[in-house]
Amino acid sequence: MAETTSTVVEPSRRDFLFIATGAAAAVGGATLVWPFIQSMTPDAATVAAGAPVEVDLTPIAEGQIVKVFWRGKLIFIRNRTAAEVKAAEDVNLASLRDPQPDSARVKPGHTQWLIVYGNCTHLGCVPLGHQGPYEGWFCPCHGSIFDTSGRVRGGPAPINLPIPPYTFTSDTKIVIGQEATA
Amino acid sequence: MSQHSTTYVPKSAFAKWFESRLPIAGLVHSSFIAFPVPRNLNYFWTFGAILAFMLVSQIVTGVFLAMYYTPNASLAFQSVEHIMRDVNYGWLLRYLHANGASMFFIAVYIHIFRGLYYGSYKAPREILWILGVVIYGLMMATAFMGYVLPWGQMSFWGATVITNILAAIPVVGDTIQSLLWGGYSVGNPTLNRFFSIHYLLPFMIVGVVILHIWALHVPGQNNPTGVPIKSGKDAVPFTPYATIKDIFATVVFMIFFAWFVFYIPNFLGHADNYVPANPAVTPTHIVPEWYFLPFYAILRAIPDKLGGVIAMFAAIAVLAFLPWLDTSKVRSTNYRPLYKQFFWILVADTLLLGWLGAKPPEGWYVVVSQIATAYYFIHFLVILPVLGFIERPLPLPNSILDSVMGVKGGAGLPSGAKAEPQAKG
Repeated sequence: MAETTSTVVEPSRRDFLFIATGAAAAVGGATLVWPFIQSMTPDAATVAAGAPVEVDLTPIAEGQIVKVFWRGKLIFIRNRTAAEVKAAEDVNLASLRDPQPDSARVKPGHTQWLIVYGNCTHLGCVPLGHQGPYEGWFCPCHGSIFDTSGRVRGGPAPINLPIPPYTFTSDTKIVIGQEATA
Repeated sequence: MSQHSTTYVPKSAFAKWFESRLPIAGLVHSSFIAFPVPRNLNYFWTFGAILAFMLVSQIVTGVFLAMYYTPNASLAFQSVEHIMRDVNYGWLLRYLHANGASMFFIAVYIHIFRGLYYGSYKAPREILWILGVVIYGLMMATAFMGYVLPWGQMSFWGATVITNILAAIPVVGDTIQSLLWGGYSVGNPTLNRFFSIHYLLPFMIVGVVILHIWALHVPGQNNPTGVPIKSGKDAVPFTPYATIKDIFATVVFMIFFAWFVFYIPNFLGHADNYVPANPAVTPTHIVPEWYFLPFYAILRAIPDKLGGVIAMFAAIAVLAFLPWLDTSKVRSTNYRPLYKQFFWILVADTLLLGWLGAKPPEGWYVVVSQIATAYYFIHFLVILPVLGFIERPLPLPNSILDSVMGVKGGAGLPSGAKAEPQAKG
């Protein structure tokens, strides 16, 4: 090390260069992290594969639950019987953990069709259809119970099965991943 | 020690030439040959060497498995079956690697409880202990990601459950989850990055292990009395005494390891993981690998999702604060009659949590899990700090030599102090 003097009180040009260089290096280093982190986010192909999907409802019989995938996520499409719809509608909302009327979970005029994400809101297991005390769903992993509207009625799940964005393009066709524009 | 030279003296001309340029032989000599080892160490002190062996074993088998494994969601499961059926000795490599993970954790749990019993975390070994906790964390991350790679049902749903746990973290949870998934759910990008990180982390473990050994070699090893080395008579040189003992213990451990590999290779696994991953169907009973069960029980004991996640991470993090939570000046539990009882209750509590973690979360299992979880934290946060003030420790021996020779000096040796740790093994 060269001899240094501590007599200089005034900031010198050298001090400025020292701080400026250090700051530039720190900002540059931090900026370089950005592309690395960004590379870990969903890539273009994954995003493209996440485009809306069209589902034909005609082959789904009354009472049947069909599993489809959108963006790699499981979605239940349930053609509810009149009794199941009635059971979902005739619920005292105050008794629910995540109060939501059935009408807010289906599209008007298509009340027999319930379309919900198929992973339990607790830790992501797939609940079994037509099981549990409300004959909606029952999760075998940690015992969460859902009714015929996909609302949580017991167990550790904190919220109802979420509703994916979808829209009816006709009475027998839906597009998942696309909200109605109207 | 007196008969051994403590410093390395290069003999040949080449050794002198080399040593003056890179003094690595001198470093090895002072660290692993002349290094003074307390003469009273029992076999619980061989688990460091056993763990080093397991780390090397996992890396070597893993490097070979990576030659045949394909980290792709549609090919991974078949490539593992290809290893099992077609690759010459592939079954051996995979069973060594899969069971090796369990052996690694068996050894590390014995190593951790050894440290807890003999107060190896107390000054001046706090950094050494914290580095150990860091290694343990890295081990758990590595093991979790490795279990995902075969892409069976347990792989897929284990990954789903764990990444959903991380999503419970406020503010950044969703971002972390998205970065882990690389998509909108657990899928091919997830498998790819897990493979990459699974290959990376063991080498980070190697790095922290080097720091761990470095931090060990500054204060030297603790010992069953907790009394530091005071003279050369308290110690023996690392080679041959510790070296041979470590090798012997490692060989015995290898027999235990081989018993699993050759006779019950799937005992610690789950049959569901021989079913290819299916995002539409969850196995009826999702259970993590046995070494995660106590933490899984803590996670499920808390009825709130975020609370459970916090408790689970806190259960591991609390270990890092142990050097300051334990207020007793006495290291070895042999001289702490009250703490000795609480130590064994903690061992029983941890085993109970592990058992509960494998049970379905219903009925009285939940209540017992909550009690056991509460006790786990009470042990570290209440009992340990309070005990240091109210406990009256037994008299310590004047030196390691006195304890070995059974000298009934001013201090004296509590009866059974020497024999008991051996009886535990």
